[in-house]
Amino acid sequence: MAVDRSDIEKLAELARIEVSEATIDEVAGNISDILALVDQLQAVDTSGVTPMAHPLDAVQRLRADTVTEHNQREALQANAPATEDGLFLVPKVIE
Amino acid sequence: MHNKTIAELIQGLQGKEFSSEELTRHYLERAKRLDSTYNSYITLTEDQALTQARAADSRLASGDAPALCGVPIAHKDIFCTEGVRTSCASKMLDNFIPPYNATVIENFNTAGAVMLGKTNMDEFAMGSSNETSYYGPVKNPWATDCVPGGSSGGSAACVAAHLAPAATATDTGGSIRQPAALCGVTGLKPTYGRVSRWGMIAFASSLDQGGPITRTAEDAAILMSVMASFDPKDSTSIERDVPDYTADLNNSLAGLKIGVPKEYFGEGLEPAVGSAVEAAIDQYRQLGAEIKSISLPHTGLAVPAYYVIAPAECSANLSRFDGVRYGYRCKDPKDLSDLYKRSRGEGFGEEVKRRILVGTYALSAGYYDAYYNKAQQVRRLIKRDFDEAFAEVDVVLGPTAPSPAFPFGAKSKDPVAMYLEDIYTIATNLAGLPGLSIPCGMADGKPVGLQLIGNAFEEARLLNVAHQYQQHTDFHQQTAPGIE
Repeated sequence: MAVDRSDIEKLAELARIEVSEATIDEVAGNISDILALVDQLQAVDTSGVTPMAHPLDAVQRLRADTVTEHNQREALQANAPATEDGLFLVPKVIE
Repeated sequence: MHNKTIAELIQGLQGKEFSSEELTRHYLERAKRLDSTYNSYITLTEDQALTQARAADSRLASGDAPALCGVPIAHKDIFCTEGVRTSCASKMLDNFIPPYNATVIENFNTAGAVMLGKTNMDEFAMGSSNETSYYGPVKNPWATDCVPGGSSGGSAACVAAHLAPAATATDTGGSIRQPAALCGVTGLKPTYGRVSRWGMIAFASSLDQGGPITRTAEDAAILMSVMASFDPKDSTSIERDVPDYTADLNNSLAGLKIGVPKEYFGEGLEPAVGSAVEAAIDQYRQLGAEIKSISLPHTGLAVPAYYVIAPAECSANLSRFDGVRYGYRCKDPKDLSDLYKRSRGEGFGEEVKRRILVGTYALSAGYYDAYYNKAQQVRRLIKRDFDEAFAEVDVVLGPTAPSPAFPFGAKSKDPVAMYLEDIYTIATNLAGLPGLSIPCGMADGKPVGLQLIGNAFEEARLLNVAHQYQQHTDFHQQTAPGIE
């Protein structure tokens, strides 16, 4: 399936990625090529085939609900672009 | 010292022929002097390496030396290293210093290994040529106008150029095996879940798997015994004992059944690559193996299924890079939405953005069944092909990549042409199986890789089959021109 500029704008919004005006046609072309490649799947008869989410069909392992991690807020926030009093700072959201 | 294998280095260190500090200084000096040609390292960790080497020397002197005590190793810059920048070759993580070690790194620390530095790669492991790295492409030591393969191109090139005796790597669709093939070294992608993914920056969680790149199968076996572990911190880690991967190396291949899939020798395979693989098949016949022609009928669907599943999982995994908690943040965001969009738009490279957008498309309302569900169904058909093959044969053999190393720029403008580079490696990831690449000849002066695929958890058998080949051939001992 081919995608056009408006499709890319919609996807970019969903993915929260800015796609520059200058590259949008090229991106649409590349993504259309990739979708043409994956569209080969549509020709395969998969009726009755269970989708495979895990290559070894393993199921999620559970653990006891106990505390295993200690608080390392300062170490983790050392990588943050902006913090204050242990909080992550972002531009104002609520007027 | 830089021509020795890991097995020889262990002997030399334990026999006090040289110290870990001498060995580590030697490799650091080589890397500083020669890597401007290859760009295989993003970061050299000289101070930490020497501290680790001196600690290893004390343990060697006291007779309390673990398996890899004092052996220098390079790590792909996808494994988190405490206090050492871990970039994933992305502008997004150019300033990211993890506060913890990946389990793989911890395993090497416990084994007494020394970290030389962090190797270059395709950005977020997305690429087959190393051209998507924020830090510039890696050059292939065999032909510096050609790509080293990817995504673990830095790991493969630094081992090929003898700037590290071995390196860690990761493989989501061929990222260990294809660069190993293009650089003439040995690379093993283990069974899914065998090596912990904790602290290994995620690309496609149902496919990603760490493994070693080395000069010999024996070295890969030594490294696998350290890398593999059950890890409660990785919910997909398999709870299963880790064998001694070196134990079966010397088993005879008499009576071994090798399956050769006809689909791996069709259109797109360069004739010189095909002939090198045919010659390897003859070698295996001489070693007593029985060669059987087999069919993996859904092979052609592996690349299409992968380019739904991998981008879908990548779009979910990479949503964590939002410019808020760590990583790149754009200048002067005007509101929160602008902060997200520009931080991600400016922080990610073109291929990463392309895959996030494809994944977003495949998972978006109205398309989920047609793309993601369909691809997961085809994935099962691919797995069934292998199940049927392994009912008849012990290992599957074919080429690793359709061509030897190609020039820079040859495929970088055409994503689909680049994706087809992984045509023989991707099915193994979809099926969760172990795969290994070893050098088996030359085409146009550049190495050709032979791929061996095993049933789940059959790494030891693959290493045995590869080791026996290396005992009777010398392709793995050839070094690139100009490597002293």
